[in-house]
Amino acid sequence: MIYLLDRGKDVLNAQLDRIQGLGRSTLAALSRLGRANVFLIDVLVGLTGMLIRPGLLIKQLFSVGVQTLVIIVVAGLFVGMVMALQAYYALVDFGAEDSVSVMVVLSLLRELGPVITALLFAGRAGSALTAEIGLMKATEQLSGMEMMAVNPIERVVAPRFLAGVISMPLLAAIFSAVGVLGGYLVAVELLGLDAGAFWSQAQSKVELFEDLGNGMIKSLVFGFVVSWIAVFEGYDCIPTSEGLGQATTRTVVYGSLAILVLDFVLTALMFSK
Amino acid sequence: MSETLIKIRGLKFSRGDRVIFDNVDMDIPRTGITAIMGPSGTGKTTLLKLIGGQLTPDAGTIEVDGQNVHQLKTRALYALRKRMGMLFQSGALLTDLSVFENVAYPIREHTKLNESMVRQLVLLKLNAVGLRGAMDLSPAELSGGMARRVAMARAIALDPMMIMYDEPFTGQDPISMGVLVKLIKSLNDALNVCSIVVSHDVYETMSIANYVYIISAGTVVEHGAPDEIRNSHSEWTKQFMEGLADGPVPFHFDAPPLLDDLFAGSGKRRA
Repeated sequence: MIYLLDRGKDVLNAQLDRIQGLGRSTLAALSRLGRANVFLIDVLVGLTGMLIRPGLLIKQLFSVGVQTLVIIVVAGLFVGMVMALQAYYALVDFGAEDSVSVMVVLSLLRELGPVITALLFAGRAGSALTAEIGLMKATEQLSGMEMMAVNPIERVVAPRFLAGVISMPLLAAIFSAVGVLGGYLVAVELLGLDAGAFWSQAQSKVELFEDLGNGMIKSLVFGFVVSWIAVFEGYDCIPTSEGLGQATTRTVVYGSLAILVLDFVLTALMFSK
Repeated sequence: MSETLIKIRGLKFSRGDRVIFDNVDMDIPRTGITAIMGPSGTGKTTLLKLIGGQLTPDAGTIEVDGQNVHQLKTRALYALRKRMGMLFQSGALLTDLSVFENVAYPIREHTKLNESMVRQLVLLKLNAVGLRGAMDLSPAELSGGMARRVAMARAIALDPMMIMYDEPFTGQDPISMGVLVKLIKSLNDALNVCSIVVSHDVYETMSIANYVYIISAGTVVEHGAPDEIRNSHSEWTKQFMEGLADGPVPFHFDAPPLLDDLFAGSGKRRA
C-alpha cells in the first residue's frame, strides 16, 4: 500500500516537473522574444549613426551583398533552367509550350526569386553575420568598445543589419533576372522555341506592381527578418565556442522557417482576389 | 591614502542563485595602484564591470569621481567612460584593424584631431609600451603579452583618470610578466592616475601595489598596505598569500569519510 502511494507520488512529481519545465521554457522563449524586440529598437535607433559614417555601411554592403553574389547567380541560373524544362514538359502535351516563359517568369518573380534568395542569404550571409558578431562578443571586443564609450550596436550591429535589408531585394532581383536568362537558354536555345514568342508572352502577362512589385516587397520583408535574426543571435549568443555554434545554427533554422511562414502569409495577403 | 576616486558602499550582486558580492565596501584612491586579489571565481572581473557600468548591482552604490555610475544616463555614462581605461584579459583588440588603428580608434572616435596629430599621439602611446615597431602588424600576429601591451596603449590613448587591469599577468611567460609589471608601475607613476589591478598573481601584484583588497566568498576579507597584508594573522590570508594547498580552504571537496565511500558498494553515486 505504502509502496503504491510512493509510486503515485513519484508519478505525480514527474508530471509536475514536466509542467514546470514547460512553463520555464515558455517563459525563457518569451523573454528572448522580448529581448529581440528591444534589441531591434536599439538597432533602428543606431541606424542614425550611419549618416555620419557611411563608410561602415559600404564596407558591410560589400561583405554581405557582393560576396553573396556568386551563389545567387549560379543558383538563379540553374533554377531558371530547371523551371523552363519542367514547364516545357508539362505544357508541350497541351500544345501550349509558348507559355513556358510566362510560367518561368511569374514563378521566379512572385515566389522563387525572393524565397530562394532569402534561404541562400540566411545560409551564406546570415550565418556569417551571427558568427562574426558572436566572435566579437566572445573575444570581449564588444565589451571593449563599450568601455571606450563607443556604442557597439551603432558601430557594429546597425551597419550589418542595414546592409542585409538593402542587399536582399537587389540580390533577389539579380536572382530573378539570371533565372529568366537561364529559362531563355533552355527554352529557346536548347528546346528550339521561338524567341519572339518567349519574350512577348512574358511581357504581356507580367504586371509591374502585381508581380514585380510584390516580389520586391517580399524580399524586403525577408531581408529585414533574416538580418534581424542573424544580428540578434550573434549579439545574444553565449560567448563560448559551443554557444556560438548553436547561435549560427539557430540563425539558419529560424531564418529559413521565418521566410517560409512569412512567404505564405504575404502571398495570401498579396494575391488573394 | 590620498583622496578617494571610487567609493563602493553596500554592494550586492548575484548571478542567478549565486551570490557574488554581499555588502562590499571599498575606497579606491585617486592615485597609486590598488590591487584587488582573491581566488578564481570570486567576481574580480565582475567588480570591474560594475565599476565601468556594464553591469548593474542588485543593491548598493558605486561612485566614480563623485558620480553614481548606475544612475547616469547613457550619454553621461559614456562621458565618464572616456575617462576610464580598461585592459581586458584577452586584450579585446579589434581584429579587423591594425595595431596602429586599434590605438587610434578611441582618439578618432572621441576627438576631432587631424591625421598628423592622431599619428603623433598613437606613436607616443605605442612607444610608451615599447611596441612602436609593431604598429603595422595585425592583432593576429601578436603574442598574448604584446596584445595586452597594445591594449594598454589603447587604454591610455585618451589620457584617462583611471586604468582598470583585468588579470594582466595571467598566462604570461616570465619575461612578458616582468614587462607588464614594470609597465603598469611606470605608466601609473608617469600619468599619476588611479590604477586598479585585479589579479591572483600574488607576488607580482604585491610588488607594485600601494594598497591591497582581498576578496573572497563575496566579501572583503582583508585590506591594507602590502606590508600589513603580508604580516596578517588571518589563516585564510596566509593560505592565499603563500599558496598553501590545505588550510581554511580545504584540499578536499566536501565528501563523507573515504572508508564509508569505499564500502558503499554497488558503484552507484551517492543519493
